[in-house]
Amino acid sequence: MTEKENLTPSTRIKLLLVDDEEGFVNVIANRMSKRGIDATKALSGSDALKAIRKQDFDLAVVDLKMQEMDGIELLRILKKMIPEMPVIVLTGHGSERAAEDGMEYGAYDYLTKPCEMDELMEKIHEALARGR
Amino acid sequence: MTDSRYKKLQRIYVVVILLVSFTPLFLLGGIMYYQVSKTYRTKIEEQIRYRVISQADTIDLFLKERTAILAAIADTVSFNQIINEKTLLKTFELINLRAGAFVDLGVIDQTGQHRAYVGPYDLKGLNYYNQPWFGEVMAKGLYVSDVFTGFRAFPHFIIAIRRQEDKNSWILRATIDPDIFAAIVRSAQIGKTGDAFLVNKEGLFQTTPRFSGGILGKSDIDPTAYGGLTTINEEINSKGEKRLTAGRWLKNKTWLLIVSQDVSEEMGSLLKTRNQEIAIILMGSILIILTTVITTRYTVSKLKNADARMNELNAQLLQSDKLAALGKMAAGVAHEINNPLAVILQKTGWMEDLLEDEAFQKSKEIEEYRVSLKKIEEHVERARKVVHNMLGFARKMEPRLEDVDVNQTLKQTISLLENYARLNNIELRAMLSADIPIIASDQSQLQQVFLNIISNAIDAIGRDGLVEVKSAVNHSTIDVTISDNGPGIPEEQQKSIFDPFFTTKQTGKGTGLGLWITYNIIEKLGGSISFHSETGKGTTFTVKIPKVPPTEK
Repeated sequence: MTEKENLTPSTRIKLLLVDDEEGFVNVIANRMSKRGIDATKALSGSDALKAIRKQDFDLAVVDLKMQEMDGIELLRILKKMIPEMPVIVLTGHGSERAAEDGMEYGAYDYLTKPCEMDELMEKIHEALARGR
Repeated sequence: MTDSRYKKLQRIYVVVILLVSFTPLFLLGGIMYYQVSKTYRTKIEEQIRYRVISQADTIDLFLKERTAILAAIADTVSFNQIINEKTLLKTFELINLRAGAFVDLGVIDQTGQHRAYVGPYDLKGLNYYNQPWFGEVMAKGLYVSDVFTGFRAFPHFIIAIRRQEDKNSWILRATIDPDIFAAIVRSAQIGKTGDAFLVNKEGLFQTTPRFSGGILGKSDIDPTAYGGLTTINEEINSKGEKRLTAGRWLKNKTWLLIVSQDVSEEMGSLLKTRNQEIAIILMGSILIILTTVITTRYTVSKLKNADARMNELNAQLLQSDKLAALGKMAAGVAHEINNPLAVILQKTGWMEDLLEDEAFQKSKEIEEYRVSLKKIEEHVERARKVVHNMLGFARKMEPRLEDVDVNQTLKQTISLLENYARLNNIELRAMLSADIPIIASDQSQLQQVFLNIISNAIDAIGRDGLVEVKSAVNHSTIDVTISDNGPGIPEEQQKSIFDPFFTTKQTGKGTGLGLWITYNIIEKLGGSISFHSETGKGTTFTVKIPKVPPTEK
């Protein structure tokens, strides 16, 4: 067990991870767990909204392209429900235009897939530091 | 539109404009000429009518005076008195003094015998009994003859008065001076072509006309065409000239005064006006035709140019539509590839995370694992770049900022092209500044830029030449210059070289997109590209890349 995994639940970061690519969600959640983040996995927009009702999150990472509910749509709802919660968007588009759209709707920042874990972690910590 | 259709359009324009311009011009000209000539003609007719009336009155008065004076003498003297030569001479001198124009004076008895005579001819003793006028005067008492030659064999006319004295009659007869009479008649003629003369009921000249014909000759005048009052006719004479002829019968009803005038002389000023009008219309027409042809040509050529420009734009639009579709497809494909790549990358990352666990630390092969995972990550990165480059055609693609060593990029590019250059006996010479800093830019896009420019330079030279690549650092940019000693870019092509689909290469050899993409990449990277070319000396491209420090990533 690493140092970060031993953190008490209250000091660990509670993160909502939304992406319809199950393999991606699983591995990211595992890797985050090793880095002091409890990631709640949601495979769709509606899953994400259910999770939000059950629990408070420090932060959300949302994929922009999903089958059921578009990431942008989810982002708008999240921003209405919990405006203070930072949202980082991910995009698999070669173009970063969709991500820029996300920024317009209040996303904290964006990353293009595939991205390095370190990059993602950096953004997460940045966002939380900014929020505090 | 084809050239022939533009020509047809031009013809239609010209015809329509000319029709619209000429119709009112000619109509107006025609109507004006018709109205003026009508007015003019009326004026001329009035003039000639007035002249014939007033001159007829003058001649009537002349005859009336002569007749009255002869009648007065006949009424006051007796036959015996008048046949006295002295009395007759005195009377003759007296009437010539008072009235004039008498040539001679004679007394004829009822048997036709010329009993007394004063005048230049030797007529005394002649017998007039068988002369036509003798019968007339014996019957009517007063007779003004037509012109005749008579005994003196010279054209003249006479006034004869019969006097009844008891049972006998005698006749006082005078000859009128034909020259004086003719002068009175002729005074009605005007201008160079005007004529005035008398004809009798048979159309024979009673005075000498100015032109064509002599006294007692047959005239062209048909007396039956002239009615009771003044008549104006237009006649064409034997010479084919159109003459306006006014005729008026004298009071004796035997002579017709004719005043005639050549129409063309009187209408001369009108003809002058007409010629001026025709000249003005002609000049106007030439002006209209010239203006129409020139402006139409200009307009149609403008239209042609505008059409050509529009077609060009349409073609460009079509091409950019194609590109947009290509970009859209590439974006869709990119998404489908990027997602699995993301999973692979995270899985390798997860494996790297796990390798940090104590259980794995003891493994002898741990380094092998680590190297393999790094390799996987490198290849994921490679695949990601391929996808990213695939989007190169999509214009909206943003550059990916990374640490770039411009010199290194140039060296890599040159090594890629070295073989190609050597095959064509072209030297690639790099003169790179050692002070070039690492900057934040897009290496693969910069490489594409250098590749495009250097390979264009090689292609431009063809065989045997030199391409020099220099790098230098400036205040805010890194400047890369690429010079060749090829033939240079013709001046007329210089403004087009950055246009999409512009190529000087053979069909199928170049897409015409190389420099366009280059231009767009440099613009997106915040830099600039320019060139200087001299025909026969070569071309130098200068690329200025913004010196963005890597920390601004």
